Amino acid sequence: MLAKRIIPCLDIKDGQTVKGINFLGLRSVGDPVELAAAYSEQGADELVFLDVSATVEGRKAFAGLVERIAEKINIPFTVGGGISSVEDASILLRAGADKVSINSAAVRNPFLISDIASRFGSQCVVVAIDARNIDGVWKVTTHGGSRASDKELFSWAVQAEEYGAGEILFTSMDHDGTCGGYACAECRTLSDLLGIPVIASGGAGNAGHIAEVLSDDGGCADAALAASVFHYGEIMIPDLKQELAASGIPVRV
Amino acid sequence: MIGIIDYDAGNIRSVENSLKRLDTEYVVTSDTGLLASCDHLILPGVGEAGWAMEKLDCCGLSDFIRRTDKPLLGICLGMQLLCSWSEEGNTGCLGIFSCKVRHFNSILSPGHGLKIPHVGWNSITSLESDLFDGLEDGAYVYFVHSYCACLDENTVSVTEYGIPFSSSLRKDNFMGCQFHPEKSGDAGEKIIENFLKIQ
Repeated sequence: MLAKRIIPCLDIKDGQTVKGINFLGLRSVGDPVELAAAYSEQGADELVFLDVSATVEGRKAFAGLVERIAEKINIPFTVGGGISSVEDASILLRAGADKVSINSAAVRNPFLISDIASRFGSQCVVVAIDARNIDGVWKVTTHGGSRASDKELFSWAVQAEEYGAGEILFTSMDHDGTCGGYACAECRTLSDLLGIPVIASGGAGNAGHIAEVLSDDGGCADAALAASVFHYGEIMIPDLKQELAASGIPVRV
Repeated sequence: MIGIIDYDAGNIRSVENSLKRLDTEYVVTSDTGLLASCDHLILPGVGEAGWAMEKLDCCGLSDFIRRTDKPLLGICLGMQLLCSWSEEGNTGCLGIFSCKVRHFNSILSPGHGLKIPHVGWNSITSLESDLFDGLEDGAYVYFVHSYCACLDENTVSVTEYGIPFSSSLRKDNFMGCQFHPEKSGDAGEKIIENFLKIQ
């Protein structure tokens, strides 16, 4: 049976993890490769690396990092952050990433999705959508949630699939950072609307939240992404997988 | 020496990396003379079946593959190319395995509600090959595909996605995995190690 995926997400700046991360006794590990290997060992099903560098040098460092990650780990990983052209995607895929995640640039120019998909295949195009509820309408935001666009979450997700997205990574900016649980109802709507997998992001505080967003009578998501709860050891992946399995959610153990 | 058969089949970097992790020497080439001198062969593949068969045919690789007696592992599209026919591009393939390759949508009942492509970790069962020595029945491996090989007498592992299909095939020295062992964590690494032990 197809397993639901657990995906830790790491923010990278200038080739290093942004925050000193306390993980498995490795204090303040800055090297993303080491962290990636540790997460893989713990049973993470996939990893996401988001480049938050603002400089050209930082971007180059990121591509170099992607190469080192690909050499070291033997599970799939997605990279994103600032990808705005087929060329940007090409560099990272050739460096060994399995998928690229595109966000603001796709909102600006949806053809970027089809351009990357036709060159490398839909399976490697993740369209990340950040959205928040503004007066009852789920508006798509860009630039880390700081700018509202004219797009609405559900219609944009359907369009992204039509343009050739292979997966949708949905982050609720209303839930992100709250540790109060995922936007389950919205995940479920997306899952019903789309023929491609939905990765839920934003709001994980405990294992129960992840079980809820993955379960068939909850968010129905195909994968759950989280950052801080994993980085700070609040959720240990082996324990999480056991808990999910016990509640009847298929996971890789 | 491992020979990775080079027919411009998209990104083979992850296959190379997995061999590096196992400290195995390899060469990426379309030179059949060089391939013939290798101990093991890998036929990778990301892309479209019709296009891939054209590539194999035009550089003499199809005949080489059919005739080789070296252990050969086809991965993903590489496995599908070893089958008799693919619905993708309605193309005749190498015909090592007698089964046909169909699109999930052609064999699943209408309104199946499953997401296509089949992406993610799924389990392999009914394991019947030394490729899987040391693995438990039901081990999880990583898949990304929209087309699948039907079950037949060459099936050596079965995976279920709406219907059961051949996740691995074997006939004599020819083996194929629909999943990506190079992306399948420790289980995948074990499968590659096992393949390299087959003489």
